[in-house]
Amino acid sequence: MEEGKVLSQSIQQSAAAYVIIHDKFGEAVSPFDANETMPFFEVIDTSLWPEIALFMRDHPKLQFNYMACLSGVDYQAEEKVGIVCNIESLGQCHHKLSVKVKCSRHGGSIPSVACVWHTANWHEREAYDMFGMLFTGHPDMRRILCPDDWEGYPLLKDYKVQESYHGIKVPY
Amino acid sequence: MGLLDAGITKHNVLVTSVDNVLNWARLSSLWPMGFGLACCAIEMMATNASNYDLERFGIFPRSSPRQSDLMIVAGTVTMKMAERVIRLYEQMPEPRYVLSMGSCSNCGGPYWEHGYHVLKGVDRVIPVDVYVPGCPPRPESLIGGLMKVQELIRMEQIGISRADALKKLAEKSVDPQVVIEQERKAATA
Repeated sequence: MEEGKVLSQSIQQSAAAYVIIHDKFGEAVSPFDANETMPFFEVIDTSLWPEIALFMRDHPKLQFNYMACLSGVDYQAEEKVGIVCNIESLGQCHHKLSVKVKCSRHGGSIPSVACVWHTANWHEREAYDMFGMLFTGHPDMRRILCPDDWEGYPLLKDYKVQESYHGIKVPY
Repeated sequence: MGLLDAGITKHNVLVTSVDNVLNWARLSSLWPMGFGLACCAIEMMATNASNYDLERFGIFPRSSPRQSDLMIVAGTVTMKMAERVIRLYEQMPEPRYVLSMGSCSNCGGPYWEHGYHVLKGVDRVIPVDVYVPGCPPRPESLIGGLMKVQELIRMEQIGISRADALKKLAEKSVDPQVVIEQERKAATA
């Protein structure tokens, strides 16, 4: 955190929540980024992600009971893909945080948190459908929007559409 | 000329050809299949509703492809839907007509370049008789397209192909520019 900068109340709440997580998991999480629109931290040790998620949901001072969104991101320059999870505490602590988790761009995998927040079930399937990272421990890991036999992952930055699908020409 | 334009006299007896009667019956009760795919479907529903009242043309949607003779492809056809559209088309009894409504089903519309999931024109999978441009087309445009289908049916005869009927229709076409200029002159006068 930059010193001398006055943070808004909601960012301060998020920072306080981060401190509790950091105290528990230490080096497994990155330093806090006080982004004005979306304060976040990154999970460095991705294998701990479900444990961190469960801790965030069940700790009495955190109570992150609501996953608003889980989005996929393609970090082409870093040769990585990742997810951004917007998590909030609704009706309890009134704070929110975003968590980023990254994995390798080619055949990488991220542990699933579908058992922690059921919202993540379909969102993780969508991230897999569009970016191709697998979610280990997911109850139903298959495409959600594209047809099951679609080739490639459409939101990757170097995606090229297939020539034909079931004998129908795809490009214009 | 329409059948009823001739006027019925002489004790309600009318002499005409079988083709004429058949065509008149078919074009006066076009039954489209009731399915919509995107925002064009909203315009199609508006056209069906009381303000534009398609039922005055004898057109009202049927819920089964087996009872329909017209398919209005109203909206974005995705690759997933394309296969279903083919199946629905094949389930329709002949003679059947296809009206492609709006930019998406005409040529892919706004998805033509980056829409990996969109079929770039429904004519890649089924034969289309009438294209209605627009994004989405207004009800007036859709009615115009439906009247084109009616004109096509009027040109058909027992024993001639759809292509021949289209040729006959093309021969009867008029240059719109001449008509527009005539109308303009009449308006200023």
